[in-house]
Amino acid sequence: MNSVIFLTIVLLALSSYFFGRKKAILIQSNKRLTALPKFYGYYLAIWCGAPAFLLYALWSIFEPSIVRFFILSDYSSQGLLEGELNLFYEKVKSLSRNQYSGELTAELQRSAEKYLNFRDIAKWSKVVIVLSLLIASTGYAYTKISNNTKTREPVEIFLKGVFFLSSLAAILTTIGIIFSLLFQTIEFFQVIPLFDFVFGMHWYPAKAFVRDASEALDPSMYSDTFGAVPIFAGTFFIALIAMCVAIPIGLLSGIYMAEYASKRLRQYAKPVIEILAGIPTVVYGFFAALTVGPFLKDLGLSLGLEVSAESALAAGGVMGIMIIPFISSLSDDVITSVPQNLRDGSYAMGATKSETIKRVIFPAALPGIVGSILLGVSRAIGETMIVVMASGLAANLTLNPLESTSTITAQIVVILIGDQQFGDPKTQAAFALGLSLFIVTLVLNIVALSVVKKYREKYE
Amino acid sequence: MNKEERLIKRYKAEKRFQFYGKAAIFMALLFLVVFLTKIFSTGYTAFQKTWLVIPVNYNADLLYLDPDKKPTTEDINDADFYEFGIETFISLDPDASEDQIMELKKMFAFTFERELKYYLLDNPDSFGKTVDVKLTASDDLDQVFKGNYPRDIPENRRRASDYQLKIFDKLNEDGRVISEFNASFFTNADSREAELAGIASSFMGSLFSILVCLSIAFPVALLAAVYLEEFAPKNRFTDFIEVNINNLAAVPSIVFGLLGLGVLLAVFGLPRSTPLVGGITLSLMTLPTIIIAARASLKAVPPSIREAALAMGASRMQTTMHHTVPLALPGTLSGTIIGLAQALGETAPLILIGMVAFVNTIPGTPMDPAASLPVQIYIWAESAERGFVEKVSACIMVLLFFLIFMNLGAQLIRHKFEKKWN
Repeated sequence: MNSVIFLTIVLLALSSYFFGRKKAILIQSNKRLTALPKFYGYYLAIWCGAPAFLLYALWSIFEPSIVRFFILSDYSSQGLLEGELNLFYEKVKSLSRNQYSGELTAELQRSAEKYLNFRDIAKWSKVVIVLSLLIASTGYAYTKISNNTKTREPVEIFLKGVFFLSSLAAILTTIGIIFSLLFQTIEFFQVIPLFDFVFGMHWYPAKAFVRDASEALDPSMYSDTFGAVPIFAGTFFIALIAMCVAIPIGLLSGIYMAEYASKRLRQYAKPVIEILAGIPTVVYGFFAALTVGPFLKDLGLSLGLEVSAESALAAGGVMGIMIIPFISSLSDDVITSVPQNLRDGSYAMGATKSETIKRVIFPAALPGIVGSILLGVSRAIGETMIVVMASGLAANLTLNPLESTSTITAQIVVILIGDQQFGDPKTQAAFALGLSLFIVTLVLNIVALSVVKKYREKYE
Repeated sequence: MNKEERLIKRYKAEKRFQFYGKAAIFMALLFLVVFLTKIFSTGYTAFQKTWLVIPVNYNADLLYLDPDKKPTTEDINDADFYEFGIETFISLDPDASEDQIMELKKMFAFTFERELKYYLLDNPDSFGKTVDVKLTASDDLDQVFKGNYPRDIPENRRRASDYQLKIFDKLNEDGRVISEFNASFFTNADSREAELAGIASSFMGSLFSILVCLSIAFPVALLAAVYLEEFAPKNRFTDFIEVNINNLAAVPSIVFGLLGLGVLLAVFGLPRSTPLVGGITLSLMTLPTIIIAARASLKAVPPSIREAALAMGASRMQTTMHHTVPLALPGTLSGTIIGLAQALGETAPLILIGMVAFVNTIPGTPMDPAASLPVQIYIWAESAERGFVEKVSACIMVLLFFLIFMNLGAQLIRHKFEKKWN
């Protein structure tokens, strides 16, 4: 039904384009127009489609919650919990689709009938109201069309408005992220004290398994459950291991590419290294879990070391390989943009190429390189699949790279995989972790981008 | 130390430094090679499927059908092929004990009933005769035949028993074990049985997600880029939008998953586990990538084009829509394809919005529950069965194929259609 209405609006808008243009062409035969005939077409099409579509969209968004309100208004006085009401409403909906297979009560039956009734009323009134708005607005615009109606300007202003709204998408996404994270996080901190979360040393979300809603509000359930220190430590530890792999390899290959490599090597090796950045992270995760983990374990055994099959080293090492191209490409760019006269000056003093690089170019390019490393760190902290698949899921507080640790991202996945119960502190804990991840990466990115920008401005 | 010695030392340092650089590049390339070799060497066997060809006696008595009348389609559909299958397996080893019969049964995929039935439906003439029918071998024997599964470990640590291996070897000697191209890997949905699992459902899930992502992200990003590049006034608000876009581009993907979960599912009540929600989530993630690419290619259009159009009396909007945007389109498109390739490989956000559900039907619309190719990789990789390892690698090969294809497409568009100005 919805798609039928939508298609009708689109088709009517398209056809009104032709009506508008035709009228303009008729007028054109004896009077001079103020715009090309097609603008009259666009003008009419916008008047036809835009108001109707807006109403249709708003209606579709608000209809379910309004219907829900009417159905549940009979029961809201009975002092039921939010969860129970939700469950009841889901039952009503499935009964109305004839998919309900539980116990039938008179209440349920009555509500389902009422629900169907409401849906019917809503559906038909939507059709009637949307179509009458469409006809009214089109008729108004059609009668307004004459030789000296301004049509190009309104059409262009409308388009500009649409462009502007599109550019708001980025802001809306950011607001959506902050809203969804903050909302759940605040609820989380109403149960778990902020202090316990930030400084707690034990993280066992599985312990916070609650059977029903009344238990969920008992804070004593959660003492020593949601202490995020082991996870934060694990996150930075794995990121550190990753950077130990990525920085030397990435930086050295970036320098070599920029300063030594022949044109041909650059032409081929650079895109090939960049393939590493294009491989999906789940593939790295599989590789780390299937090959690198067992390899390290066997290696450890032959050296007499106890290595977990899911060690931080395997996850961090593979993650480091993933980050190599980010660092090598960015530092390559940064080094290439160091002005030639700095090099020439150094050569003129008799320095060798490597001395020039180490003593002149590297210090000059340092801010940019630091920026690229910070971007790499932010990648490493936000990386999920490698850790989920290759490192452990139990949050150990350890500094031994051969043991398994867990990260923020891995814990979010562990908590949220499968069915989630909103309103459960465990689910909210994942959002709290998400918020801390968002803040950390945001700060890193802002610092990195501003450092790189400042550096660019210096030499441009 | 005299001058010469110092010079030698400095030259040595120079050589060393060059060597480090070369070694770094070599390490990066080496890893890529090791990685690809490993994936291909474990994955290629998944494209072969092992069949057991066994003699089947479509005897009327065994099927409880009337021997004098040719059975109709309904008769065959109603017949009990489970008992019939068991009888057929016993004919492989007439002396088999009760337990051994169960082992015989487990040599075949559990779809043997259907396979026996469809053979008869397709070849009604074989009714009453003994014919060779090929049946899907069980995952364990499939792995044994491909050599992925060691045979020389003690029986209790092995999935395939000595008895099964004995029968299997006998069949093999008679040339009754054949290996063919595994078409069902591409046409089957996911399954708990490795020998039957395919990527069709996750492929469709990926396809739908990407289409939803494309149809949202491309128009919105292009229009946003046009606004920011061509119309936006230089003010604080525009700067704010720009900062937002740059930051969104670097937000970890899992945060977008939380956004999808907290807003799209919890607030808007969209259906869980569907490519629709997955696609919307991915589109929010690719939006900044495409906006940045589109802005770069709009910037690359020289001002002279705009000035010429404006001088001919075109309005700002006409200049933009008729001249600037078409010239910037190749760059935008290639940026879009690269963004989509990223989205295609994305796993974490899809897991959070529930696209990890076990789906054994092929989704027909974006509103049906589905997995996606990377999520399928994750699901299979977490599964303990040995048979899934090659499936994971094969799925990775398929995914990498599409990624390479898309990236080459993006390069091609860029080289072929983009105008160079100078």
